[in-house]
Amino acid sequence: MKRRDFLKNTALASGAFLIPSFLKPLEAMAMGDMSGYKNLVIIQLSGGNDGLNTIVPYGNDIYYQKRSTIAIKQPDIVKLDDMQGLNPNLSALKELYDQGWMSIINSVGYPNPDRSHFRSMDIWQTASDSDQFLTTGWIGRYLDSNCNTCKEPYTAVEVDDTLSLAMKGAKMKGIAVENPAKLYRSTREPFFKELVHGHDTDLNEDNLGYLYKTMIETYSSADYIQQTSKTYNTTASYPQTAFANQLKSVAKFINSGLKTRVYYVSLSGFDTHTTQQNQQGRQLKIYGDGVAAFIKDLKQAGKLDDTLVMTFSEFGRRVEQNASNGTDHGTANNVMIFGGKLKKSGIYNTAPNLAQLDNGDLKYEIDFRNVYATLLDKWLNVNNSQILTRNFSGLNFV
Amino acid sequence: MKTMEQIRHLYSRAGFGLRFEDMRLVEQLSVKHSIDFLFRSSVQSKPLVSVKENVNYKDFLKDDQLSRKMFMMQQRQQEKDLNIEWLKNMSTGNTQLRDKMTLFWHNHFACRTLNAWYAQQLNNIQRDNALGNFRTLLLEVSKTPAMLQFLNNQQNRKGHPNENFAREVMELFTIGRGNYTEQDVKESARAFTGWGFNKDGVFAERKFLHDDGQKTFLGNTGNFTGEDIIDMLLAKKQTAHFICTKLYKYLVNEVPDAANVNAMADVFYNHKYEIKPLLEFVFNAKWFYNEKNTGNLIKSPVEFIVAMNRQFYIDYQNPDIQIQFQRALGQVLFYPPNVAGWPGGKNWIDSSSLMYRLSIPATVLNDGVIDFTGKTDPDDEAFIATARKEKKAVHTRVQTQPDWNKFLSDIPAHTTKKEIAQLVLSPAINSKLLSIINKATDIKTMVIELVSTPEYQLS
Repeated sequence: MKRRDFLKNTALASGAFLIPSFLKPLEAMAMGDMSGYKNLVIIQLSGGNDGLNTIVPYGNDIYYQKRSTIAIKQPDIVKLDDMQGLNPNLSALKELYDQGWMSIINSVGYPNPDRSHFRSMDIWQTASDSDQFLTTGWIGRYLDSNCNTCKEPYTAVEVDDTLSLAMKGAKMKGIAVENPAKLYRSTREPFFKELVHGHDTDLNEDNLGYLYKTMIETYSSADYIQQTSKTYNTTASYPQTAFANQLKSVAKFINSGLKTRVYYVSLSGFDTHTTQQNQQGRQLKIYGDGVAAFIKDLKQAGKLDDTLVMTFSEFGRRVEQNASNGTDHGTANNVMIFGGKLKKSGIYNTAPNLAQLDNGDLKYEIDFRNVYATLLDKWLNVNNSQILTRNFSGLNFV
Repeated sequence: MKTMEQIRHLYSRAGFGLRFEDMRLVEQLSVKHSIDFLFRSSVQSKPLVSVKENVNYKDFLKDDQLSRKMFMMQQRQQEKDLNIEWLKNMSTGNTQLRDKMTLFWHNHFACRTLNAWYAQQLNNIQRDNALGNFRTLLLEVSKTPAMLQFLNNQQNRKGHPNENFAREVMELFTIGRGNYTEQDVKESARAFTGWGFNKDGVFAERKFLHDDGQKTFLGNTGNFTGEDIIDMLLAKKQTAHFICTKLYKYLVNEVPDAANVNAMADVFYNHKYEIKPLLEFVFNAKWFYNEKNTGNLIKSPVEFIVAMNRQFYIDYQNPDIQIQFQRALGQVLFYPPNVAGWPGGKNWIDSSSLMYRLSIPATVLNDGVIDFTGKTDPDDEAFIATARKEKKAVHTRVQTQPDWNKFLSDIPAHTTKKEIAQLVLSPAINSKLLSIINKATDIKTMVIELVSTPEYQLS
């Protein structure tokens, strides 16, 4: 390998090389028995998705009174029960709902809600109280807990170029993989290989040791993810959107048997202050069609029973529309859960109360950390009090 | 440690790193004189000026979509200009100690505002007072529209207190958690009632909103105003200790040493919160040059970018690419994650941010291509929602012009390759690095490789 290759940015590494002994356990790991290996997929809708126009409380007159120009008209709604129905752009989800693979939790939020995007997102990602600042994310702390299910550097994968705070722990962090082949190539620059393989000495606890540890784990995980995921050929068809592509990658990871427990995907564009109907409709269609394709793909591969999907947004929007045919930042919102083995599918709790508001905003009924606690305790098999700031009781959707 | 090694360490902590160009200026100086030289070079405070006007928020509130869109576009442009101007000043100016401390205060008084005019104003206050007096800095910062708005003091009124501002002043700006009670928060919030700003963005003590009743704060009772509260907080030595702990982590070591921090707090407190004597004390302290305090701090993304820009005199055809770098690496100036600022240290490093750090030098220094998607900041969502398109991968040719001739010609005659390497890297050169150095066929290749190592992430 010529050393100058490093300077040619297109240079790709190729060919075999010797794996130093300390890398072997990871790279040579055999695919074990994967049955019952549970995955959690988190989908973040950024910008504050308007939950009331997503899961529409069409049976409540107040909804139509407060939203004279942007309410979804009754005939267009995909009705789920007498009170709530899906935005027509989510019609692809109806089939999942009917199969018992979808659960809708209404009025999820937290005390003293913050209406700033970045602060509220921070709160959801770190699972903090609204007056508390945490520097680690809740999935990151799950990784830090070093439980039986979360020891590998690829335990948590975000399908993106960069890593969200939710995925960062104090000691352990998830890994961002937009494209496994690209990640693999970027780590296989000849010069990086040289650095990695030159460092099979003891890695110290200091910062230099941490940097090398991160580099080596990335190097090693990139290989594991690439080699494992390429064994699976996706046959299911997905919509042609970036979001659906990300879910397609997640499905490929899951179906190929990647030993990752948590996946993280985001979709942005939900901050609909003006002309909401078109904007939100477009994003919801991307979301609904993508998720439907994803769930069917998993079902067909026999992985749906081992997968749980949670969708959240940093806040919902105000009940009353604004003067620009949009909505402004609000508070409580619905959380959507998908999976093949839901204990309680359908609509989990009563529709939001539109009559008793807090300054024009919905009052939360379920703390989002009760949702997280459920996922941690019942799905990831780790005691939630180790990860959240205190113990939260769980719900019964799984 | 040899004098030049000490000076190199000094420059990497008090500034953004020593260059061969700087070495020429200080090679005849003692460490003490180099410290003086750094202070002298930082006397001037060059304000940011790229934001020319306070854009009218009323346009945003207008009903028509076009005004809103124009408003948002103008705002984004201003934010970009501000970011790039500051980065450029840090990368090309000579006031590196002042810049380094401005960056510290930018993080200490972390604030977000969508109004770039306010952001610029706050930043200039942080720069003007970066080496001045902490009381003045704290008071001026507390009176900026940016901070008052960010911490909701505009809504803090007699009879309807909003405690956010009062709480953060204590928790994050002065004495820190555990040194005050919830009752102190409530009482001091009353003292800050009425602190706000008018429509021209000028601080105003709105007397009719001020609660002038009696308050009991930290054991004292009186008719306190906001300024009284700040003085009582400064009278507590815990404030000096709190600031010094943070500064120690920024300049010396992530793990505070109790004895050293206490010594700093004594100096700071006894000098009535003058920042310059405190810094002089640190830079002249023997422990500052201890081996365990060298080459071990992880550079923040901005320090990483600025250090590289300075070392190689990089000229960007499209400076905005540096905002992409900041985004990919996890630190966008003026966009701290929350009021507590960037957590720093190991938090900067994850698999993707590290791979970007290792890959950026080869593209910037060798005219390469870099692939970016990056995440949108939550505050950009409204813009994205109106932009009617999905986020697209940015495939950008970086297009930069490093001044290799200058870099190479500043290297003194008879400098060994190892000596060149040691100027670029803060940690000691180990055998692995030595083999890289020895294999290198030319200086440029060697330097690009060294800048692409984990070692380069440390200062």
